[in-house]
Amino acid sequence: MTVRSTPAEVVASVRRSRRRSTTVVAALLAATGLAALAALAIGPVPIDPATVAGVLGDHLLGTGQGDWPASAEQIVWATRAPRVAMALVAGAVLAVAGVMLQALVRNSLADPYLLGLNSGASTGVALVVLVAGGGSALLFSGAALAGAIGAVLLVLLFAGVAHRRGPFRLVLAGLAVGYALNAATSFLVFSSDSPEAARSVLFWLLGSLATVQPLALAAASVAAVIGIAALVIIAPLTDALASGDDSARSAGIDPERTRIGLMVGVSAMVGVTVAAVGGVGFIGLVVPHLARRLVGGRHRAVIPVVALLGAILLLAADTVARTAFAPQEIPVGVITGVIGAPFLLLLLRQDSRA
Amino acid sequence: MITADGVTVRLGGRVLLDDVSITAPTGAVTGIVGPNGSGKTTLLRALVRAVPLAAGRVSVDGHDIRARSRRWIARRVAEVGQRAEPDPALRVVDEVALGGLAEHGPLRAGGAGQDDRVAGAIDAVGLTHRALDRLATLSGGELQRVALARAIAQNASHVLLDEPTNHLDIRHRLEIVALLGRIAPTVVVVLHDLELAAQVCDHVIVLHGGRVAGAGAQCDLLRPELLDPVYDVVTRRLVDGAGRSRFDFALPGPASVARTPSIRTPQTITQENP
Repeated sequence: MTVRSTPAEVVASVRRSRRRSTTVVAALLAATGLAALAALAIGPVPIDPATVAGVLGDHLLGTGQGDWPASAEQIVWATRAPRVAMALVAGAVLAVAGVMLQALVRNSLADPYLLGLNSGASTGVALVVLVAGGGSALLFSGAALAGAIGAVLLVLLFAGVAHRRGPFRLVLAGLAVGYALNAATSFLVFSSDSPEAARSVLFWLLGSLATVQPLALAAASVAAVIGIAALVIIAPLTDALASGDDSARSAGIDPERTRIGLMVGVSAMVGVTVAAVGGVGFIGLVVPHLARRLVGGRHRAVIPVVALLGAILLLAADTVARTAFAPQEIPVGVITGVIGAPFLLLLLRQDSRA
Repeated sequence: MITADGVTVRLGGRVLLDDVSITAPTGAVTGIVGPNGSGKTTLLRALVRAVPLAAGRVSVDGHDIRARSRRWIARRVAEVGQRAEPDPALRVVDEVALGGLAEHGPLRAGGAGQDDRVAGAIDAVGLTHRALDRLATLSGGELQRVALARAIAQNASHVLLDEPTNHLDIRHRLEIVALLGRIAPTVVVVLHDLELAAQVCDHVIVLHGGRVAGAGAQCDLLRPELLDPVYDVVTRRLVDGAGRSRFDFALPGPASVARTPSIRTPQTITQENP
């Protein structure tokens, strides 16, 4: 390590590290593109990557029809592309939500479902399927979104936002609401007369990208782009909050209001995503740890890296989920759990050595 | 200038500050001293609206801070708390750059335009060699200096410090003490060490049980008549040849009467307390 002995050398080092962050983001963008290309090519019917690129070029940039068969175009654009897009969007949102919540409650084991979001969404879906007797996939998404938002409102109510007690109460309230709603979902599944309906709820609980609704994909994409861009812009606020309430106040921020505002925003973003893909775990927990190793803890640098890594990871997991035991699908949450748990243990072990 | 006017703070049925009025003038270092639980930290926090006031008002340069935004306050007043627990994943430069948040806003804070100021603030507290290190790897004393650097980078006209020399070794303690008078036009510092208070403060406020027990120039104020009842000890104040105050404390009672200072050379010390 070089010894920096003058302020000018510090300034030069800071500028170098900014350039490094930009390089990392550029490399990850390229990797995301390649991963998407590969995911579109892989499947029960393998498609030549050149054909995949041609179909994408034709649809996205209008480069013109090539001499590929219509079935290839159908598979790439109509069947696989929505699923790949959903995986990228959901992965980015869940990972960014993870890094945000870890900062907001100052706990590196926080994840996007901390505020009972996932539990609320599950209860919503279970109610619709098991009590109301099911319905369209759109109804699924609507019920999940309503459940997620309802859960967050309950958490904020119980945490006593008005009393301003800091992040720890939010964590406790989130846990309590989460457990209560999980119990309600389990009861609904257990007491159901229809094994088929119960099975579809359980499948949803584990998360799946098998049925992507265009409307849900559009909503999640818009939420992801607006949400992540806004979070990058206001990233120094998150840095200040991550250093504690006194730190935030000293920097001219109202810690309570800013934290609640950011939590509601992040929850809305996650709610829309969970409504589309169900409870995909571990992305929000694992990816932030990995990203901080690459570019440090500054949120302006770490959020774009987290988004891209999350996108790549969920896309990879979903590609495995749909191809490993084809034609049988595995819920993607199972894959992320299988990859995520040992990975997290490895990171924690390395952290304790450092 | 910061003034508190009849400030009362209650928390959970306890009165932490009771009708406290103080003035911290521009161009001076104002010290707040007093025993544990006397309300020093609460007073410092009241000066930046970090605790709700049950009564009274606090003004910065004549403006009542109740009517002002957090950002307005932060552009004028930087505070350095006693227990800084910054995000361990941040580097020293990232944490110090947060000092620019109030002035530049979230969009431009931490940008390339502020690099020189951030590096200068880090240099002022002697941490240049650790500027790019993660906060997780710093010691308690180094973190204290990071917090001070952030306050310097905040470029505020008032700086409030709570026990800034707490975890510091002798060398860095001396450096921070030397820095105190230059850090901002108005400095308010909570100190436990009365000798240090006598050394660095132009003006001292003594708190006792949430009330002001005395306020004034340190040489007039830090005398046994005031300190003995406040701290419940027997104080002897000694002024050495360089004009610096030394204090010798003993528990009240017969055993303490015979106690004499042991280290100091008698020739250079004039005893003020008969």
